[in-house]
Amino acid sequence: MTALTAYLTGIGVVGPGLADWPGTEAILAGRRSYLYAEPMLPPPDTLAPTERRRAGRVVRLALAVGLEATRRAGRDPADLPVVFASSGGDGDNCDAICQTLASPNRALSPTRFHNSVHNAPAGYWSIAAGARVATTTVCCYDASFAAGLLEALVQSASTGVETALIAYDLDYPPPLRAARATATPFGVAFLLHPARADGAIARLSARVAPGLPDRLAHAELSSLADTNPAARSLPLLEAIARRRTDAVKLPYLEPAILEVEVTPCG
Amino acid sequence: MKPLVLTHYTATSCLGAGLAPTLEALRATRSGLAPCRFLDVELDTWVGSVAGLEDVALPPASRGFDCRNNRLAFLGLGQDGFDAAVRDAARRLGADRIGVFIGTSTSGILETELAYRNRDPVTGALPERFNYVGTHNTFSVGAFVREALGLAGPASVVSTACSSGAKAFGMAARMIELGLIDAAIVGGVDSLCLTTLYGFHSLQLTASRPCRPFAADRDGISIGEAAAFALLERPSPRDGVHSIALLGVGESNDGFHLSTPHPEGLGARLAMRAALKAASLAPEAIDYVNLHGTGTLSNDLAESIAVEAVLGSHTRSSSTKGATGHTLGAAGALEAVICALALREQFIPGGSSTGVADRSLPVDYVGRATNAPIAHVLSNSFGFGGTNCSLALGRLA
Repeated sequence: MTALTAYLTGIGVVGPGLADWPGTEAILAGRRSYLYAEPMLPPPDTLAPTERRRAGRVVRLALAVGLEATRRAGRDPADLPVVFASSGGDGDNCDAICQTLASPNRALSPTRFHNSVHNAPAGYWSIAAGARVATTTVCCYDASFAAGLLEALVQSASTGVETALIAYDLDYPPPLRAARATATPFGVAFLLHPARADGAIARLSARVAPGLPDRLAHAELSSLADTNPAARSLPLLEAIARRRTDAVKLPYLEPAILEVEVTPCG
Repeated sequence: MKPLVLTHYTATSCLGAGLAPTLEALRATRSGLAPCRFLDVELDTWVGSVAGLEDVALPPASRGFDCRNNRLAFLGLGQDGFDAAVRDAARRLGADRIGVFIGTSTSGILETELAYRNRDPVTGALPERFNYVGTHNTFSVGAFVREALGLAGPASVVSTACSSGAKAFGMAARMIELGLIDAAIVGGVDSLCLTTLYGFHSLQLTASRPCRPFAADRDGISIGEAAAFALLERPSPRDGVHSIALLGVGESNDGFHLSTPHPEGLGARLAMRAALKAASLAPEAIDYVNLHGTGTLSNDLAESIAVEAVLGSHTRSSSTKGATGHTLGAAGALEAVICALALREQFIPGGSSTGVADRSLPVDYVGRATNAPIAHVLSNSFGFGGTNCSLALGRLA
């Protein structure tokens, strides 16, 4: 398949023991040792108080990584088309709704209901940014990160406009947790510029091909990469952190993988 | 964008399975809505339910996907020779050269809702037979359609509430234009479930009578369910002279509120203008608008202001949700197929069988189906989260 190319101009990361991209980069490059800590999911400071109160963990996670990427790159979120990618969306909210619907009084809270849409983080993001540019929200189960990256690269190539990817997944509460084991929250954001841009971190060139996905070299983070769909980006983040030319095979729809060539810039 | 031909298309909704009953009902301005008798739901509302889903059996190899939503998808794929046409295309182009892009809002969540009623009284565990990946997960319908049709190309489910089924067309069009694939199955599948019935009720957005879009006494939506699909391909000499084509896709956001449209339809205007631009069409080239037209006070008012701002107040328009109900994540695909039928048969579907048009809304609203020469149409789909998508379709000369 034809390869799609873009320049990575910004990154944001939040995960267990991974507070931001510079910290994650140092850990993945082997410059800093990894220490587990619960992921920090601060309420987004860009949301008005009413929305901030209504924003669950999934919204906090998605906005945190998106805002880190745009702030590091000095971009205004209002100008960026964004592809949101998540396998499970808001599991906390889904559990609460299903509990209510299984109870004698099925009356739902309106906020619970409007938060139930898979594109709720995209909605909060565009409200916070005052953005009218298009966003989309995709799901591809365990391949959601690769599908989101592919869609963001497609959009950036097709429109010629810098496009963001925000991928995120969280753990489900019980009883859904037993049916779908997802590790602690992990989110990642990329800004993808269709042409070589100032401050570009790396050039990414991706294509769908047959193959087997790569394993993460970092031993302590490999179980996270196996059990959170968004954290399946970790082998790619590792290649970016090591600042070497590399080709990373990401899990996609078996027997296909998304092969991403990483070429450091500058 | 370069036009893409809908070489095959089909729709299944409360109007019937396949194009023939759909066309017959639209021609007659007949509604498929009925009082809600779904499971044990006790809400004073009407729904557009698809008959016979209880009896649909998935192929043995796909049993893990068994749920109302995937049964509806399977019923839909089997109509109008759609599945056979896709297999032909796969032999012609290669199974890995055909993408699958499906919109849904609630996937198979009904299975989870029912599983929560049957939790273990001691441990709270869901029943053993509950299958998350095959039913609940948003991608389930995409994986099922891909497997049922034997396809191996890129696939994604787009889940942006009620614009999902329209945005699937945009995803496919971009990938075909870039040469990543040669064709795509696009569509929308959404089915009745408790979350949407009780959820829209909680927002006081469900009508107690059949929904009456753009009517003076409109008071909310009727929830429906549907599966609608199209096979999108580049134009070829094999196409007939009156092939129906996707000409443009326009997408935007309101950036305003999670569940209320921008009161002046600013995002909707951007989506319609972007669709016209992508299609290289002037506003006056549009002969008909299939409105989002949910039947809520706020949507219809905001949309009418947006349509007037972009097209003026003389473009004939209607919402077919009075006939089909609001099929949520399937609506964009269902209404694209309805537009294809309108272009094929040269008629404007009627917008209502009961309501009296709200004359304060600045659009030329067509109540009863009428014959008319139409070359280009717009189909609007808007959703929670402030997401907007407008499709431009037309006949190839």
